[in-house]
Amino acid sequence: MSSRRRHPLAPYAVVVGGLLLTGIGYAAVTAAGDASASPARITQSAQIAQGHAIFLEECATCHGQFAQGTPGVAPSLIGVGAAAVDFQTSTGRMPAKEPSAENDRKPPELNPQEIAAVAAYIESLGGGPTIPTSAQVSQRGANPGFGQQLFVADCAQCHNFDGAGGALTYGKFAPPLTKSTPTQIFEAMLTGPEAMPVFNNTTITPQEKRDIIAYIVQTRQEPNPGGFSLGRIGPVTEGLVAFLGLLLAMVFAAMWITAKHRKIPNE
Amino acid sequence: MSIDKALSGTGSWLDDRLHGAKGLRTFFRKIFPDHWTFLLGEIALYSFIILLLTGTFLALFFKPSMTEVVYHGSYIKLDGVHMSEAYASTLNISFDVRGGLLMRQIHHWAADLFVAAILAHMLRIFFTGAYRKPREINWLIGLVLFTLSLLEGLFGYSLPDDLLSGAGLRITQGVLQSIPIVGTYLSFFLFGGQYPGTDIIPRLYILHVLLIPGLFMALIGAHLFIMFHQKHTQMPGKGRTNQNVVGAPMYPYFMAKTGAFFFFTFAVLALAATFAQINPVWLYGPYNPLAISAGSQPDFYMGFLEGALRIMPPWQWVVFGHTFAFNVFIPALLPLGGIMTAAALWPFLEQWITGDKNEHHVNDRPRNAPTRTALGMAAVSFYGVLWAEGANDVLAQHFNVPLYTITWIARFAVFLVPIFTYIITKRICLGLQRKDLHLIQHGVETGIVRQLPSGGFIEETRPLDEEELAALGRPVALALPSGEGGAEAEVPAPDMRGGLGRVKARLNKIVNESVPIDEHGANGHGANGHGANGHGANGHSATAEDHAAVSSGSDDEG
Repeated sequence: MSSRRRHPLAPYAVVVGGLLLTGIGYAAVTAAGDASASPARITQSAQIAQGHAIFLEECATCHGQFAQGTPGVAPSLIGVGAAAVDFQTSTGRMPAKEPSAENDRKPPELNPQEIAAVAAYIESLGGGPTIPTSAQVSQRGANPGFGQQLFVADCAQCHNFDGAGGALTYGKFAPPLTKSTPTQIFEAMLTGPEAMPVFNNTTITPQEKRDIIAYIVQTRQEPNPGGFSLGRIGPVTEGLVAFLGLLLAMVFAAMWITAKHRKIPNE
Repeated sequence: MSIDKALSGTGSWLDDRLHGAKGLRTFFRKIFPDHWTFLLGEIALYSFIILLLTGTFLALFFKPSMTEVVYHGSYIKLDGVHMSEAYASTLNISFDVRGGLLMRQIHHWAADLFVAAILAHMLRIFFTGAYRKPREINWLIGLVLFTLSLLEGLFGYSLPDDLLSGAGLRITQGVLQSIPIVGTYLSFFLFGGQYPGTDIIPRLYILHVLLIPGLFMALIGAHLFIMFHQKHTQMPGKGRTNQNVVGAPMYPYFMAKTGAFFFFTFAVLALAATFAQINPVWLYGPYNPLAISAGSQPDFYMGFLEGALRIMPPWQWVVFGHTFAFNVFIPALLPLGGIMTAAALWPFLEQWITGDKNEHHVNDRPRNAPTRTALGMAAVSFYGVLWAEGANDVLAQHFNVPLYTITWIARFAVFLVPIFTYIITKRICLGLQRKDLHLIQHGVETGIVRQLPSGGFIEETRPLDEEELAALGRPVALALPSGEGGAEAEVPAPDMRGGLGRVKARLNKIVNESVPIDEHGANGHGANGHGANGHGANGHSATAEDHAAVSSGSDDEG
């Protein structure tokens, strides 16, 4: 045994020293963070509390007291994120009037401040996609031509070539995109509400999402150079017009033109 | 009336050389009967002329090529998008050629009106029995023209190579492929290889602008010439017989009317093209074989085929490595093939059933041929169910009905609705005949109510005058040389013997079902279908038998 041999208590000293250092370091870091974010955190927790209150009032009947969902009635909201809440409530789909195959768009029941509160509450339960910023949905620099190709490849099979919507099976439908705001379109792609698949930022990049939004918005804003649009739903209304408009007009013309007979002199 | 010397001089100069005066006189004095339904075919004719004119304009600017180009035209939204030259030139016509969009829209509306008018015209011919001898050939030509119009339309709306027309083209290819054994070869032949390839647009283009219009012109020429030669049919009326035509002469009356009618057609189409947008290909985007849009529909005239495809269960056989795609083959072939075959055979079948080999130049009122009218309406309802089903997704979306519910309703309706339509139509026709009979027997109500000395009230009626009586027409009921029924004891005529004869007799009984009209001079129509057919069994001629029936004056005195 040499004299250089470590003292028997040395290992304990090292452990205690390490713990002390870590603790002090951690305290220093968190204290610094706390000091700068303290008022915001208070507001946020207040908002979450408000959101929780609204949630219990408006949503908990179906989604459960802890947002855990009710099997067969309503899904769990843990992890769906603020984007889903914002989409569902700002389009008026939630709170739903009644359970149905697909919820209709209607005027929102919650005001923007309430929506933000519920969104914050749901986000606090387990993260998830966040509400896009205005820069994320801006049409500036977006390419609607490329958006058209993406739309036709990914969206048109349900929403129609120009976003007029379409029928799905068992009473479900793809809603028309005539009233959706750019933010709502972005959120819908991100969260996949109801029958819609999720198009996350890997499948369709944020830039491509902006291209699609630009296409939808420009298409619905552009005038109809050919006259009345006939609903922009394709040849069905055109056929109706051909029969009830054109053919009927010609039939009336034929009746009119043959109404007067030449008097045949008696032989 | 003095004729200007310069005019008469030119006229004689021309006549000395061309000898046209005599022919022109006949032409000018040709008589055309006046009835609004006789102008339905003219709508189709004038739409066709407008189609030729606008089509020529479009052909000046359209490029039937599938070469890929990058678009840099006026329609900014699609700037930089890769597309075929055909689609790019259609955008160019729509946005950069002066008047191009108007021409495109007139052309498309005219195509819709063309087929709609053909349908209406065909139904008029059928329901009034105007296809009967001697006009069977013109009826067949008409059926060919109708089929060609569907093809012409299909090829036409495929040309712009947009997303919607591409879906139609893909179905066309599917139908070709579904033909057993040769399907894949036919598809490769039409498309020059794999779908879609680069050959199809130029090929469809030449069919659309040259071959089919050429056939159209030849067949329309024949159709009109035969009509002119055989003279027009007329609705029943006073003094109208199978030997004359009552109406106005070509010049100046009919010429003025038909000329005006052309301008009506043009005006309606121009107005529609100005105010109603049709086939906005710029919204559909360029065709991409990987993509499909919700609400993809063909133009209305292909809608019944689309509907047939949509109600068909997915039946498919694989035999010795060959796929028999009944899910496509049956809906593509059966509805159109069935209707067209039945329509083509019907005039001859009717002749066989009724034994009626006479010429007919006076039309029937639909009520006076209840079985024919009921059959026609059954076909119309069959077509209608399929047509509505072709838009099942649009109906589902706009009327909030689940999609499959509509499909299942249509699956049953396509069989049941024609049956009910047949029964109901026949009853309606017979009811209308009874109403006519009531008019004949009791006269028209005058609205004058008189009090009788006894205190009662009666409404005065007046008998129908000659014109009104003639306009009612006569129920169609044509006696066979021999029948069955009450004549069991008698010996049936030769062509009524055996199994086929019995079928004929039974069909004859169905076709002849009508309300008897037993007023003087009714040619014995009333007697038929009520056991009176047995009269002829002893070999009397049909006329003699008819008179016998009239004089007997009632139904069942066999």
